[in-house]
Amino acid sequence: MDEKRRDFLKITGACVLGFSILPVLKVSAKQVTQPPEKRPAYKDHPKALHGKRWAMVVDVKRCQEQNKKGECRKCIEACHTIHNVPTIPSVKEMKWIWKENFEHSFPGTAHEFVPEEFKEGPFILLCNHCSNPPCVRVCPTKATFKRQDGIVMMDLHRCIGCRYCMAGCPFGARSFNWWDPKPYLTQMNYDYPIRRRGVVEKCTFCDERLAEGLLPACVEACPAKALVFGDLEDTASEVRRILSKRLSLRRKFELGTQPNVYYLV
Amino acid sequence: MKIYDAKPILIGLLIFVGFVSMPFWLHGGKVSPPPDPKLDTPAIQILEKKECVASKEYMRTSHMVILNDWRTQAVRNSKRFYVTAGGANYPASLQRACMKCHSNKAQFCDTCHNYIGLAPYCWDCHLPPKQETAQATK
Repeated sequence: MDEKRRDFLKITGACVLGFSILPVLKVSAKQVTQPPEKRPAYKDHPKALHGKRWAMVVDVKRCQEQNKKGECRKCIEACHTIHNVPTIPSVKEMKWIWKENFEHSFPGTAHEFVPEEFKEGPFILLCNHCSNPPCVRVCPTKATFKRQDGIVMMDLHRCIGCRYCMAGCPFGARSFNWWDPKPYLTQMNYDYPIRRRGVVEKCTFCDERLAEGLLPACVEACPAKALVFGDLEDTASEVRRILSKRLSLRRKFELGTQPNVYYLV
Repeated sequence: MKIYDAKPILIGLLIFVGFVSMPFWLHGGKVSPPPDPKLDTPAIQILEKKECVASKEYMRTSHMVILNDWRTQAVRNSKRFYVTAGGANYPASLQRACMKCHSNKAQFCDTCHNYIGLAPYCWDCHLPPKQETAQATK
């Protein structure tokens, strides 16, 4: 009996030892057997911009000064031509980036004694790419989702057009395609798709341009350099530098969606 | 053997068979010519090595699989560039890769799709190159 107990303990000990070194063996085996590079493969562009929490800072004063020289819609035009966003003159309009006055941009913050030049703005509004996005929570098909780098992305192949996200978004940043957009497009960018009837679209922080190392189209187009784009997790980034020096507002921050577009005042 | 109401039944049967066989006698027994996708676009002609992102046989049967993979990688996994088995680099995009060489949608994509009566909804959103779109809207 004693002999058997001794054998059992020996075997158990050997097993424990074996299992504990198994992961090490597996890793070393992998290094030997795997080829150095597998093809075909998916790759990043060598210049691709990577971030952890993309954000935008809008310098309202600079934007206003540019507007005083004459109506400026450069950012809106750049965005909407690159992304084939149709111009539909009705309440069923399509917009990725647009202009608003102070009261509509920051409801609850505005009061009757707000400086006159501030009232009209314009404030450049776009999707806030919230850190806690309500649109993503309500989407039943995961057509809209939060990327690792903070962009709230649209997967238009998955969108079923239920418009829950539009109800969920407190910023009105989403537009629904009530019609085929083709007749409303005056010019087309043949390197970017259009949308079909029945899907929701919005700003994607130009994810397709970031993947090639380009800044968002609106940032590039702004003649006053009033739009600054960068990574908030990067302590050396320009957005962090600006935000630590100047006071900024965020739209409807009290709702807890943690918007990532900041307005310098 | 006697068939009740033989006359209307036989007439009805005749009409039915006529309808069902309509495709055959409408075309007079001719076989419609098999599709002949054209590969002679200017972009392809100047290529030194005429090679697609995968082998011809694979692309013929499974191009939609690659397109769907590209879509998933680009949109969901933010991987927008594809390296082929031959080592060539392409953007993982229908409009920015495929249609750059195969700029003749009507003579390339549509020939087979029309032959088998298929209307893929790719073209609801993805634009064929400029001259093609202009022709389609005319």
